[in-house]
Amino acid sequence: MQTTLLTIVLLPLMGALIAGLFGKQIGERGAHGVTIIGVGVACLLSFQLMWGMIEGDIPNVNLTIYQWGTMGGLSLEVGFLLDSLSALMLCVVTFVSLMVHIYTIGYMKGDPGYQRFFSYISLFTFAMLMLVLANNFLQLFFGWEAVGLVSYLLIGFWFKKDSAVFANLKAFLVNRVGDFGFLIGIAGVLYYFGSLDYQTVFAQATVVAAEGATLSLGFGEWSAITFICICLFIGAMGKSAQVPLHVWLPDSMEGPTPISALIHAATMVTAGVFMVSRMSPLFELSTTALSFVLIIGAITAFFMGLLGIVQNDIKRVVAYSTLSQLGYMVAALGASAYAASMFHLMTHAFFKALLFLAAGSVIVGMHHVQDIRKMGNIRKYMPITWITALIGTLALVGMPFFSGFYSKDAIIEAVGHASLVGSDFAYYCLLFGVFFTALYSFRMFFLVFHTKERMNADTRQHLQESPRVIWIPLVLLAIPSVMIAWWTAEPLLFGNFFNDAIRVQPEHNTLAMVSRQFVDVWSFALHGFQTLPFWLMMAGLFTALLVYVIKPSLSESIANQFAPLKRLLDNHYYFDAFNQKVIVPITMMAGKGLSKFGDEKLIDGLAVNGSAKLVNAVGQISRKFQSGYLYHYALMMLIGLLAASIWFFWPQLNV
Amino acid sequence: MTYQVPWLSLLIWLPVIGGCILLFSTGEKKQTFSKWFALTVAIATFLLTIPVYLAFDNTTAALQFVERDIWFDSLNIEYFLGIDGFSLPLIMLTSFIAVIVVIAGWRSIEHRVAMYLAAFLMMSGLMNGVFASADAILFYVFWEAMLIPMFLVIGIWGGPNRVYATIKFFLYTFLGSVLMLIALIYLGIEAQSFSIKSMQQLPLPMNAQHYIFWAFLLAFAVKVPMWPVHTWLPDAHVEAPTGGSVVLAAIMLKMGTYGFVRFSLPVTPDASFYWADMMIVLSLVAIVYIGLVALAQKDMKKLIAYSSIAHMGFVVLGFFIVFALATDNKTDAAIMGLQGGLVQMLSHGFISGALFLCIGVLYDRLHSRQINDYGGVANAMPKFAALFMVFAMANAGLPGTSGFVGEFLVILSSFQTNIWYALLAATTLILGAAYTLFMYRRVMFGAAKNKKIAALDDLSPREFCMLLLLAILVIMFGVWPAPMFDVMNSSVEHLVECGIQSKLTLEGMCIE
Repeated sequence: MQTTLLTIVLLPLMGALIAGLFGKQIGERGAHGVTIIGVGVACLLSFQLMWGMIEGDIPNVNLTIYQWGTMGGLSLEVGFLLDSLSALMLCVVTFVSLMVHIYTIGYMKGDPGYQRFFSYISLFTFAMLMLVLANNFLQLFFGWEAVGLVSYLLIGFWFKKDSAVFANLKAFLVNRVGDFGFLIGIAGVLYYFGSLDYQTVFAQATVVAAEGATLSLGFGEWSAITFICICLFIGAMGKSAQVPLHVWLPDSMEGPTPISALIHAATMVTAGVFMVSRMSPLFELSTTALSFVLIIGAITAFFMGLLGIVQNDIKRVVAYSTLSQLGYMVAALGASAYAASMFHLMTHAFFKALLFLAAGSVIVGMHHVQDIRKMGNIRKYMPITWITALIGTLALVGMPFFSGFYSKDAIIEAVGHASLVGSDFAYYCLLFGVFFTALYSFRMFFLVFHTKERMNADTRQHLQESPRVIWIPLVLLAIPSVMIAWWTAEPLLFGNFFNDAIRVQPEHNTLAMVSRQFVDVWSFALHGFQTLPFWLMMAGLFTALLVYVIKPSLSESIANQFAPLKRLLDNHYYFDAFNQKVIVPITMMAGKGLSKFGDEKLIDGLAVNGSAKLVNAVGQISRKFQSGYLYHYALMMLIGLLAASIWFFWPQLNV
Repeated sequence: MTYQVPWLSLLIWLPVIGGCILLFSTGEKKQTFSKWFALTVAIATFLLTIPVYLAFDNTTAALQFVERDIWFDSLNIEYFLGIDGFSLPLIMLTSFIAVIVVIAGWRSIEHRVAMYLAAFLMMSGLMNGVFASADAILFYVFWEAMLIPMFLVIGIWGGPNRVYATIKFFLYTFLGSVLMLIALIYLGIEAQSFSIKSMQQLPLPMNAQHYIFWAFLLAFAVKVPMWPVHTWLPDAHVEAPTGGSVVLAAIMLKMGTYGFVRFSLPVTPDASFYWADMMIVLSLVAIVYIGLVALAQKDMKKLIAYSSIAHMGFVVLGFFIVFALATDNKTDAAIMGLQGGLVQMLSHGFISGALFLCIGVLYDRLHSRQINDYGGVANAMPKFAALFMVFAMANAGLPGTSGFVGEFLVILSSFQTNIWYALLAATTLILGAAYTLFMYRRVMFGAAKNKKIAALDDLSPREFCMLLLLAILVIMFGVWPAPMFDVMNSSVEHLVECGIQSKLTLEGMCIE
C-alpha cells in the first residue's frame, strides 16, 4: 500500500523534474510524454484504489513515510492518510489533471515555454496529492502552500505581460493573508491538542471541547475550538476564494486556460472545501464557526454569481461562476452537509473543467479573442465544442438528471434544513443564486454559440473545430458531467461512503433530513422538476433567451434603468478599488514613513549621527582649551587648584 | 592516551595560515594561482568538517573534540576549544560559505585578488574560532579579530560610500563588544576561570546579572542586529562587495544570536528572564516594523538587508520565549522555540547568502543595485530566474524550503506563550512574501526593459554551480530538516533543562 501511494504521489513529481530540468534535452514530445505517463499511471492507480475501497478489499490506511523532525516529545512526520475522502480527491485530481495534460498538448502548441508548462502542471499535481493525502497539519500546510506556489508560477506563466505578473503577485499575497489565519489555526491546534497528527487531534476533539478551553485576544473570550475553526477557515477563504479574499481568482484568468481549468476551477480552489470536510470533527463542535462558514459561503454564492452577468471576457464569466459555485460548497459545509459539499466538489470539478476547456477551445478557434461580444454562432464552426459546452452548462445550472443537479439540489435542501444563525439568509441566497447561475450561464452560452456572428472576417475564415487532443478531453469530461451522479449520488450523499472520514453531530445532520425524501436517483431527478430551484433555473434560462437572443436591445435598456447597480457590478462591489486605494497605499506609506522617519531621521539622524556630532562638538569646544599658550595652562591650573581646594575645604568653612 | 587529531585547531588555523601565505603572493601575475590556492584551502577546510560531523556524538550536550592548553597561566586564560550542538552546525556553515565566497569572487574582483581572498580565508578561520572557543577570552579575541578583515574588505573593495559605512560598522560593533569584555573579565575573576562552562555554572546575584546581561546584550544585539541598533547593517551591505555581504549576512549576524545561547541565556538566566518581554517586543518590532521598511526599499541589497533583520528577529524571539514556556512546564514548546531559532540561523545563512549572491550576479553584469534599473531579466536569464525564484520563495518562508522550518516552529511555540506574539510574528507570512516577491517581480518579470537587459548572459557554469549547491541545501533542509534537529537536540534539551534554570539559589541550579 505504501508503495502504491508513494508511486501515485511521486510519479507526477518525477515527471515535473524531468520536464523542468531536462526540457531542452527531451524536447516537446519528451516533456508531454513523460508527464502524461506519470499522471496517467497515478490516475489508474487512484481508480484502482478507489475500486478496492468500494469493494472493501482495501482498508483505510494511515502510515508514516518519514520523520520530518523531533523537538522534545513532539514528533512531526510526513505521512499518508487514505480514506474515502482522500481516495475521492485522488481520483478527481488525477483524472482532471490527466485531461488537462492531454488538452495542453493542443492548447500550448508552439509556445516557447511548452516544457516549462508541463513541468508546472505536473508539479501542481504532486503538490495537490500531498495536500489531499496528508495525515497531519504540517504536510497539509506544505501542500497548501505548494499548490499556491505553482498557481503563482502559472498565473504568471506569460511573465512578459504586466497584467499577468500583477495578477500572480496579487494571488499569492491574498492567499498569504488566508494562510496567516491558517497558520495561526494550526498553532492553536498544537497548543490545545498537543499534536499535529489528524488522528490524535480528532480523537481528542470532543474532550477538548468539553473542557471548554477559552482564550482571550483582549476583546472578549473565545472558545478555543471556535477560534481554531475560524482561523483554519480563513485559510480556506483564501484558497477557495471566499468573500472578501476572493479578489485574486478573477485576475488569475491571466494564466493559460488549461490551468484555469485544473487549478482555478477543479482542484486547488476546492482545497479549502476539502480541508474543512477533513476537519469536520472540529468544525462540528462549534456552531459559531459553522454559522460563519455558512454565511460567508452564501454571500459568495449569491453576490459573485451576480457579477457573472456583467462580464464580457469568456474566461471571467466562468471564473465568477466558479466563485459562486465555491460559495455553494462552502455554504454546504456550514450546514454540516460535508458530503454534499464534497459531492458538489466532484461534479463541479468535471463540469467546470469542461466549461473552462471548452472556453479554451473557443479561444483557440478565435485566435485568442476572449470577448464574448465579438463571438456568436460558433456552433456552426465548432460542433463538438458546442455540444460539450452545452452539457457543461446544463450540469452547471442544475438541470435534472445532470450531475450538477444532484449536488446542487442536495446543498440547497440541506441548507434549508439547517438551523444555525443565518441559515435562512443563506437558504435564500442559494435559492436565488440558481436563477442568476442560469442567467449568466445561458447568457454566455447564447452569446458565444448562437446569435449572429460578430467576429471579424479574418477570424471567421480561420474558425474551425479544435484538434483532437483538445476535443477528446472535452468529451471525456462531458461523460461524467452528465452521468457521474447516477451511481455516486446515493452512496456519497445518503449512504455510508464517508462514514469513517466525515463526522457529523446527529443534531446537525441536515443531509439525513434530506435523505428522508430520497428513494433513488431517478425519482429524485423527477421530483426535481417540481421544485422551486428548477423553476428559478428555467426562469433564468428564459430571461437569458429573451434578453440576449430574442430581443437584444432589452439588455441595454435594462442596464440603463439599473445604472447604479450596473456600476456597482462593473466595479466588482469596489473590493479591488478598496484594496488598491486603501490597503496597499496605507501599507506602503507605513513602510516609507518608518523608513524615512524611523530609520533615517530618528535612529540614524538623531541617535547615531547625532551622537557622532555631539562628540565632535565636545571636541570642538575642548580643543579651544588646548591653545598652546603657557599662560592659558597656568590659568587653568590655578582655577583647578582653587576649585579643588574649595571642594575639599568647604565642609570646614561651613562650620 | 592515543594521539588525537586537533580537528578544531585545524579548522581555525588552516584557513588563517592559508590566508597569510596568500598575502605574500600578492603579485598580480599570480592571480590564477592565488584563486586556486584559496579555493583549495577553503575546500580542504570544509572537508575537515565532515569527519568532525561524522564523529560528533549527538547524544550528549558536553563539549567534544576538546583541546585544552594553558595560554596565560597567571590569568587563568586557556587555549580551550570544544564544540557542542550549537557550534558544530555554525562551523560547518562557516566553512561551507567560505568555499562559496571564494567561488563568487572568482571574476568579480579585479584588483588585489590575493589580498581579497586572504581576507576571506582568515575571516572564516577566525569565525570558526569564535564558534569553537570554550574559553571566554579566546572567544573575545576571535570575536574582535574577525572584525579586522571584514573592515578591510568593505573599506578596500567596497562601494563609493564605503568609508562612512566602515566607520559606522566598526564603531557600532566595537562599542558593543567593549562592555562585553568587561563583563567577561568580571565573570572570569568571580569564577576563577575563563572557561565558558564555569561562567555558566557560576551562581550570580540578581543585580550582577542585570549588569552582565546588558553588557552582553549591547554586544550581541548590535551583531544580530536587533532593532533599534540595526542601521549599520543596510549601509554595510550596500557598500560591501558581494562576498562581504554574503559573509556578513550568512555568518557574522549569527555570532550575535550564538552569543545569546552561549552566554546570555545560561550565564544570566534570571536577568534574561527578567528582560525577556523586552527582548520579545524588540524582536516583534524587528519582524513587523522592519518588514514594512523593507517594502519601501529601492535598492536590492538594502531590501535583503532589512529582510535579514526581520528574519533574525525570529531567532531572538525563539530564544527568549523559552523562559515563559519553561516556567509554565511546557518543555516541548520551549525546545521547539529554541530549535526553531537555531534552524532559522542556519537557514538564513543559506538563503540570505544566496540572495546576496544573486544580487551580485546582476551587479556584475549591469553595475546597479537599483530595482528600477532592472525589469524583464527572466527573458534573458532563465536559469538564473529559476534559482532566484527558489531563494525568493525560501525567503518568503515557503514550506519545503529551509526558510519555513524555523519560522514555523517559532510561530507555533510563541502561540503557547502569548497568542499576540504569534499573531504579530505570523505577519511575516504576508510581509515577507510582499517585499520579496515585489522585488522579484520588478526585477525579473515583464518585458526586457532595455537592450542591455535583453542581451544579458545567463549564469556561467561557475555561478550556476554555486547557486545550485545552495538551492539544493535550501530544499533539502526544507523537506528533511531532521539532521539539523538531531545535531542540536541534546544541547538544546540541556539548555532548557539546566542552562536557563535560576541561579539565585543553589538548589535551583543543575550540578554536573
